[in-house]
Amino acid sequence: MTQTEQQTSRTRDFARTAPPLPPRQFARWFWRQLTSMRTALLLLLLLALGAIPGSFIPQTKVDPAAVIRFGREHQTLTPIFDRLGLFSVYSSPWFSAVYLLLMVSLIGCIVPRSFVYLRALRARPPKAPARFDRLPASTSYETDESPDEVLERAASVLRRRRWRVDVDALAGDAEAESVGVVRAEKGFLREAGNLTFHIAAVVVLVAVAMGSLWGYKGSVIVVEGEGFSNTLTQYDDFSAGGLFNASELTPFSLQLDRFDARFQIDGPQQGQPLKFEAQGSYVPEPGADSQPFDIQVNHPLDVGNSSVFLVGQGYAPVVTVRDGKGDVVFSGPVPFLPEDASYTSTGVIKAPDASPQELGFEGFFLPTAVMDGNIPRSAHPAAANPALALFVYSGDLGLGDGLPQSVFALDKNGLTQLQSADGKPVRLLLQPGQTARLPDGLGSISFDGVRQFARFEIGHSPGKMLALGAAVLGIAGLLASLFIRPRRAWVRTRRRNGRTLVEVARLDRVSGADLGADVDQLTAEFRRSSPQPPTTGPESGKG
Amino acid sequence: MDTEQWATLSNNMVAAATVIFGLACIAYLIEWSSSRRVTVAAPVAAEAKADAPVEAKASTAGAEVARSGQGSATAVKVAATGGGDDAAQARRDESAERFGRIGLGLTVLAWLCLLVGVVSRGFAAERVPWGNMYEFATAGLLVVTTIFLGLVRFTNARWLGGVVTGFAVCMLGLAFLAYVPAGPLVPALDSYWLFLHVSAAAIAGGAFTIGAAASIFYLVKSRAERETPEEERVGYLWRLPSSTAIDQLAYRVHAFAFPIWTFAALIAGPIWAEHAWGRYWGWDPKEVWAFITWVVYAGYLHARATAGWRGKAAAIIALIGFATFLFDFIGVNLLASGHHTYSGL
Repeated sequence: MTQTEQQTSRTRDFARTAPPLPPRQFARWFWRQLTSMRTALLLLLLLALGAIPGSFIPQTKVDPAAVIRFGREHQTLTPIFDRLGLFSVYSSPWFSAVYLLLMVSLIGCIVPRSFVYLRALRARPPKAPARFDRLPASTSYETDESPDEVLERAASVLRRRRWRVDVDALAGDAEAESVGVVRAEKGFLREAGNLTFHIAAVVVLVAVAMGSLWGYKGSVIVVEGEGFSNTLTQYDDFSAGGLFNASELTPFSLQLDRFDARFQIDGPQQGQPLKFEAQGSYVPEPGADSQPFDIQVNHPLDVGNSSVFLVGQGYAPVVTVRDGKGDVVFSGPVPFLPEDASYTSTGVIKAPDASPQELGFEGFFLPTAVMDGNIPRSAHPAAANPALALFVYSGDLGLGDGLPQSVFALDKNGLTQLQSADGKPVRLLLQPGQTARLPDGLGSISFDGVRQFARFEIGHSPGKMLALGAAVLGIAGLLASLFIRPRRAWVRTRRRNGRTLVEVARLDRVSGADLGADVDQLTAEFRRSSPQPPTTGPESGKG
Repeated sequence: MDTEQWATLSNNMVAAATVIFGLACIAYLIEWSSSRRVTVAAPVAAEAKADAPVEAKASTAGAEVARSGQGSATAVKVAATGGGDDAAQARRDESAERFGRIGLGLTVLAWLCLLVGVVSRGFAAERVPWGNMYEFATAGLLVVTTIFLGLVRFTNARWLGGVVTGFAVCMLGLAFLAYVPAGPLVPALDSYWLFLHVSAAAIAGGAFTIGAAASIFYLVKSRAERETPEEERVGYLWRLPSSTAIDQLAYRVHAFAFPIWTFAALIAGPIWAEHAWGRYWGWDPKEVWAFITWVVYAGYLHARATAGWRGKAAAIIALIGFATFLFDFIGVNLLASGHHTYSGL
């Protein structure tokens, strides 16, 4: 049992039998426990454990659609998970509790250690032990030089090697018993690195918190030929931190002229994306000149403090819907969302102005349509043989009742699916340029052509550069704390039989160095710069 | 050579490396088993150099012996000459030594094949050869073997060979299950961060593997040192360095790996994620597990400085860290969905 363990078990026994501690002492005890290495270690492991569920259970912030799917599939588990915060693990109270405690423990450790370190910086190197032969590595030799010469030279050799050196004045009056000591110490950057690393960790956490409090992030689909201006209403989805102010949005606007998507045509990785590129122009702020942009994956556009990232793309078939009276009730591109690697995409078209009945269409867009039996599917992501496969609904789209509705789904409550004479649902299969007439004189739909769309993510996370700077500094500190070795050395001189006995010793606080070789090297250097030839060999390896 | 030929060369070389790693592993196992009855009287002197100097009081003379001693085998021979059935002992010992050398030779050969395999894969795909799961496995194993051979060159670490080559065979076998032909990258991977982020992850992962192997040996050896009486200390285990020296080796490898992993997972990764996906940290499953691995290894470094956690507990934490790393690489690729869907499967 180590000493610490004994102490702990004694504390436990004490806690069982003694009356409760007065509040102040309890607070002190609690603080000491919290800032102990053992607690920090347990909190670290707890943090790792706590992070696990979020990688298996869908997270609202990462993939909200997956959370809804999960809710449908697991009716009993979902309410329990929800109460435990398992759908937003990383902002849940218990996860926050762990990392906040860890942070407090960290700060409670850093602050006192910084003071200890500052004191150590000003302190003299430690005193020489009485007996060098008890140290892990020591050696000695005799010389005719005077102790003063030896000490001075040893000190200068050590200083040249960047040791902190302090020479004790010769003690004792009689020449025979005068003893001189050089104390030297090195490797102070280890603890500095250690402290830097831990402070950097705290700064990174603060920077991340800044980002989530003042930052924002939103995404928007922009079809070729259309534009976007950076206001809240234009986003498809948008999330911001609690301290974000909508008036801080960079007032830029952009126009997407051309989207270029290339895919592998042949070979085993046929259909794999090769290149996505969005080109157009943007106006950084109202009244400014328009500038061209070229946004690619890994190459965002920076405007003011915001950045525009290309995070997705797909196809928007251009359709024209006419109602029973022959009036155009809808015309334009409709983004369909890709569902798989060959870009089989789903989407809906809504024509609320149609009469006599409102019209809705739901179905697939297939960039390279092939018939798989009776079912059309897409064979390749490029738009080589585009086709639109749609089911038709009529009735009430539910847009009038004021509730927000997704543009990618039909609310089928007030709708009836159109059926053909044989009672099967009407299925339209259109190629560009084709028009289909709807049964019962409800109207028609034309598939006029295909445009592409880009999905941009636009965001700003303040504290990003602070986090990066702190992380880099943290690594530098980490390297120092792992690889710099705090070292101590002593050189002692004694007069003996008219000659000078020189003793050299080394001691490390962390193990691992070849101290013996170190002592030999230092000694050799003390003697090399000596004007006289050495008289005796080093008696190395005492002990 | 055109890309097709490079691809074929790469596949053949990786296959050859797998087979040779297997043979090397067998040779190491024979070395172990044929040292079953080898007595080790005084290997302690040879270990003095590797031991922690504070406790072992390494003398300069002792270290000199260790340097010229070329590891434990010589010490064993010296010891064996003093024993009763000298000749039999020496024979056994020589045969064990021979198989150890054969294992090492085969490991070098397998390493060469793997090196050619990985490099030619790069020529076949015309990019850095670590863009999917198969490629990361081969490149990562190249790092593992390189570190192992480096350790053999500069310290006497041949005893790690059996575990390292066995692991290499298993991982290469699994890699074939994830095989995809050489080809270009998806746009999200087309960045110089692929070079920095993934190669740093591979180097750190390779070192974690060696660290885990050393930690296993540490657990076995330290347990044996506690429980085996002096006179029963017979066999291969007693020719290994002391548990203190093994622990020191494990620590050094982990101390090398941890800053590199920090760079890969917490600096290069977020920077690249920011460029490609518009956020530097999004709790994607891969990010979560990279973070877990980082936290567990941070725990290992702290455990080594905490009373009651040094030694056994720290070694177990290191093994848990390695398990999370493996899960991050294999489990997350196959089980979880997220942004990091680059396995090519």
